[in-house]
Amino acid sequence: MAVRERPLSPHLQIYRPQITSVLSILHRLTGVALGVGTIVLVWWLVAAAVGPDAFEGAQGFLGSVFGYLILFGWSWALFYHLCNGIRHLVWDAGWGFDLDVLAKTGWLTVGASVALTVLAWIIGLASMGG
Amino acid sequence: MTLRTPVARARGLGSAKEGVHHWWMQRVTAVALVPLTLWFVASLVGMAGAEYAEMRDWVSHPVTATLLISLIVATFYHAALGMQVVYEDYVQPHGLKIVVDIATKLIFFAFAVASIFSVLKLAFAG
Repeated sequence: MAVRERPLSPHLQIYRPQITSVLSILHRLTGVALGVGTIVLVWWLVAAAVGPDAFEGAQGFLGSVFGYLILFGWSWALFYHLCNGIRHLVWDAGWGFDLDVLAKTGWLTVGASVALTVLAWIIGLASMGG
Repeated sequence: MTLRTPVARARGLGSAKEGVHHWWMQRVTAVALVPLTLWFVASLVGMAGAEYAEMRDWVSHPVTATLLISLIVATFYHAALGMQVVYEDYVQPHGLKIVVDIATKLIFFAFAVASIFSVLKLAFAG
């Protein structure tokens, strides 16, 4: 008996990326990244508790080019996860499920996360210079 | 209309043997983390490039220490719940799923204890 090819459901890569699905997976990715990034937070606090020398070491790493790169990515991931998390809480309250509203709050989340990241870095770098 | 007895419905937690506790605590910790995270980032931004003594004095303040420990507890609780869902969705072999989930929870617990101890040491012992 001939084996008949069974129909497969479409694979993920043939779907056109949409604001809803892209932001959804970004929420997960930033969540995982932040979970891994807690290592830096723990290291920073433990180093401070160990003493001034260990703290200087941690601060030195965070002040390096690689450290700045990590902190910059981490700060955006944090602001994105925070903003989109608020979006999730609003959904939990039962509001915002219409397609046009979903797109609007989605872009608002992206814009707010970028704006907050830029703002935090401008103030942070300014307070370092001062 | 249902033919199930009230007792059966009350016990009706399904094969997972729990109700909405996981989902609910994910939300409770999320609500706590909104102000705590904003406060933490704003504080760090204001203290960028601070000396050791300045950082220690900041942590030692009772309000700061309280907020920091709250942030630590909520963060690692929230992260452990979130990672569990990621493993449930993407890790197929049942044994591996349990291993990585337990490993993650133990690591996050250790992280939380180390962070809280560090805050307390800075606060009480300098």
